[in-house]
Amino acid sequence: MTLAAESSPATAQPAALAVETPLRRFLSDYFESWVATAALALLAIIVLLAIVAPWIVPQNPYDLAQVDVMESRLPPGEKHSVSGYTYWLGTDGAGRDLLSAMLYGVRISLTVGVLSGLIAMAIGATVGLIAAYAGGRVESLIMRVVDLQLSFPAILLALMLIAILGKGVDKIIIALVTVQWAYYARTVRGTALVESRKEYVEAARCLGLSHNRILMRHILPNCLPPLIVVATVQTAHAIALEATLSFLGVGLPQTEPSLGLLISNGFEYMLSGKYWISFFPGILLLLTIMVINLVGDQLRDVLNPRLRR
Amino acid sequence: MRSMGPPALEVSNLKTHFFTKAGIVKAVDGVSFAVAAGEILGLVGESGCGKSITGFSILGLVDEPGRIVAGSVRFKGEELTTASEERLRSLRGDRIAMIFQDPMMTLNPVLRVDTQMVEAVRAHRNINTAAAVHLARDALADVGIPSPEHRLKAYPHELSGGMRQRVAIATAFINKPDVIIADEPTTALDVTIQGQILAEAQALCARTGTAMIWITHDLAVVSSLADRIAVMYAGRIVETGRTADIVSAPLHPYTKGLIGSVPSHNKRGERLTQIPGMTPSLLNLAPGCAFRTRCSQATQMCLAEPELADVGADRAVRCFHPLLTEAGA
Amino acid sequence: MTAIPIVEAKGLSKRFVRKPDLAARLAGKLGAEVREETVHAVDGVDLTINKGEVVGLVGESGCGKSTLGRMIAGILEPTEGRVLFKGRDRTTLRGRDAKAARLAVQMIFQDPYASLNPRARVEGIVGEAPLFHGLVSGADISAYVDDMLMRVGLDPDLKRRYPHQFSGGQRSRIGIARALAVKPEFLVCDEAIAALDVSIQAQVINLFMDLRSALDLTYLFISHDLGVVQHITDRVVIMYLGRVVESAPTVGLFEKAVHPYSQALLSEVPRISTTKRTFHPIKGEIPSPLDPPPGCHFHPRCPHARERCRVEVPVLKPVAAGREAACHFSGMFLNQ
Repeated sequence: MTLAAESSPATAQPAALAVETPLRRFLSDYFESWVATAALALLAIIVLLAIVAPWIVPQNPYDLAQVDVMESRLPPGEKHSVSGYTYWLGTDGAGRDLLSAMLYGVRISLTVGVLSGLIAMAIGATVGLIAAYAGGRVESLIMRVVDLQLSFPAILLALMLIAILGKGVDKIIIALVTVQWAYYARTVRGTALVESRKEYVEAARCLGLSHNRILMRHILPNCLPPLIVVATVQTAHAIALEATLSFLGVGLPQTEPSLGLLISNGFEYMLSGKYWISFFPGILLLLTIMVINLVGDQLRDVLNPRLRR
Repeated sequence: MRSMGPPALEVSNLKTHFFTKAGIVKAVDGVSFAVAAGEILGLVGESGCGKSITGFSILGLVDEPGRIVAGSVRFKGEELTTASEERLRSLRGDRIAMIFQDPMMTLNPVLRVDTQMVEAVRAHRNINTAAAVHLARDALADVGIPSPEHRLKAYPHELSGGMRQRVAIATAFINKPDVIIADEPTTALDVTIQGQILAEAQALCARTGTAMIWITHDLAVVSSLADRIAVMYAGRIVETGRTADIVSAPLHPYTKGLIGSVPSHNKRGERLTQIPGMTPSLLNLAPGCAFRTRCSQATQMCLAEPELADVGADRAVRCFHPLLTEAGA
Repeated sequence: MTAIPIVEAKGLSKRFVRKPDLAARLAGKLGAEVREETVHAVDGVDLTINKGEVVGLVGESGCGKSTLGRMIAGILEPTEGRVLFKGRDRTTLRGRDAKAARLAVQMIFQDPYASLNPRARVEGIVGEAPLFHGLVSGADISAYVDDMLMRVGLDPDLKRRYPHQFSGGQRSRIGIARALAVKPEFLVCDEAIAALDVSIQAQVINLFMDLRSALDLTYLFISHDLGVVQHITDRVVIMYLGRVVESAPTVGLFEKAVHPYSQALLSEVPRISTTKRTFHPIKGEIPSPLDPPPGCHFHPRCPHARERCRVEVPVLKPVAAGREAACHFSGMFLNQ
């Protein structure tokens, strides 16, 4: 038959096309943009700092024994009166080293943001898949709930939930998950609908594969691209939302300040010239959200099949 | 027989390359042909051979990362590859028009048919809207659209595929251009509708004296329609000649293989003559004749690249071993 | 031959109904004209396919051939009618018989790009189903996949690759290997070669013919390309707007078509010719399946239409040995 003819052109380019996994192709596409590469590098640094914060900070901001209110509101560059280490970014109203507080703060912000994002994704993706595959009344019902959820302003919903549930890290995460899951559900349902009409899904049904297998092994993996994009953008939203709640005083408790709370605490000092107490946490927050969004932008362009040449 | 006067369009050794991050894709790498007023030239080739890019190159519609790197395109003596964007824009739609495979590429889905056709007219001529609408109505009638007044007021999505393509053809003909480039216009249409459109295109060209380049992969369609055929492979023209000559006595092994692949040209129930292998990647084209790896006639000579050489009256072939003694497929 | 036909469609119909949604119903209550839109994709089709036959199913857009093919393959549920596999109604089968019947009828799809899971490697695409159904054990699956790939003319070394690394023709072959892996007896080819280049089409057509004799397969070959159909089929069934208009052995049909639509279709098939031809196409557009003409669907475009054609639906009846046509005047055409 045509065996020889088919194999020769293929083996003629073995080096160039050695198993080009989707991952490898994706990575080479992603790093085409220097902005996105820089954003990813910066994000990696921020995450790394957040992870190793407990080991590198000069002062543990939560240890009340170390915090001295006499050291409060010192401008950047001042030295600790006793031990002599430099407050590189100054101290806040309670006497905490701002740098340490910020590193801990970004740690909390990222943890809460990412954790709530992951949980929301798990819930939302499952619901979206079920809606798309089941169709009919089940789908209508689910999507009406999603629409309802999405028509609420996020802040309003979060505030209402906090008012009911009370304060605390776990309550915040619950509130953030509730606000976010609907975006994931809508995204996944849309993609799953498109994918389930495609011929490879028809082929899977023709071959007698089970519904479960088709959903998990065929449809879901092909819903990942838009899901990843939504996940990055939503994580940025979650972080911003948590910061807002903390700023308003209904977020994380004072003893575990997130960036939002630090900004809030320093707000009263802005007019008296002690800008650094709000300013630096604000910059860090802005930077974190910005790099996540930039990474998400590039992901969206790279993963969009229509833009691919 | 139409009068074959001086060429309306003459393409010489055109090369359009795409500079991608993976390397240089030589999409068009040596295309030469000419088409006279009132003549229909069939540009035939399979997917990836560069025939569509040739059409775009003629009109200067090739976008980054591609550009014309060599060769010339002369429209009635005027060189187009060096013409300004202004000049090209004034020619497009007026003197040289294009019809695409997907009529939705030509038609704007949010505008009515009359709006679009009037726009096409008034971009090149200074006449009032009423007169332009009148021209549009006549153009639709010319392509065989029944009750054209009603169709004028329709949106593209209200029309069937065949109807949309007719509107695209009417829009192409409305300014009575000298050359029309039709890129696979009937490939996506049903056979009976295709028959209608081929009839209309044939009649229109005869009436208006427009030269047409009909780009297609379907040798059967073009053999019934075109006066002359040019066969493309891997970015190069490999054979040109009168339709009857090419079909009855192809000179290039690829042309012969192509004709042989068509089932109706084979004895029923028998294995079809197939060309072994696949079209080469335009990214890493091996030196020499591009068809070498699939050709039954290939020899050491074919490691050098053959030129498109004239072999008789209105006949040219790019091959070191043209099938000169064959009596036909 | 009194053997039971391998696949039979009896009175098969498929209607797609678009019910007006809530907003439209409200508009209806307020006086706007709201209709339930029904597309009669397939309208009461009987089809019999015997073992070893290659039956061509031909028609243009809206004729329902793809829908009919999917109902026969079991991917789409019919609105009415039944599909019999080896004489038994598929919906009455249970357990192992049901599974055997499902695997015995496989489909080859048109789009070589959309018909393969982009996120699965070739070995997964081809090997998934046989492994899932226990046809092949985990230990043997690798060699089995190799065998399938070689059968369709692909190099087994390529099986760790992903679909996007292959050409259209190679992807078609992967789809065929996937279908063959479950040891089918009957293949429904839905425009399986339409998206391929002419020279690749020739390769795949030859592959189909080789497989037919090597594996004793039966085919339902759905295509709009009459040239291909003429070459490889034994019998041709022509559809128009959801109904069968003619059914005949291939040789007989191409010598003389009885139904006016078949005649028009056959005359429109472009063939490689040395002379330029003048085209005399049939007039009119293919009507929308949402609003088919009454009586004989073809009457608005038929050069021979009479009053009766407007009113009465022609029934598919025998006009000669092994030939059927749905036309009131078929006797007249046959004797011309």
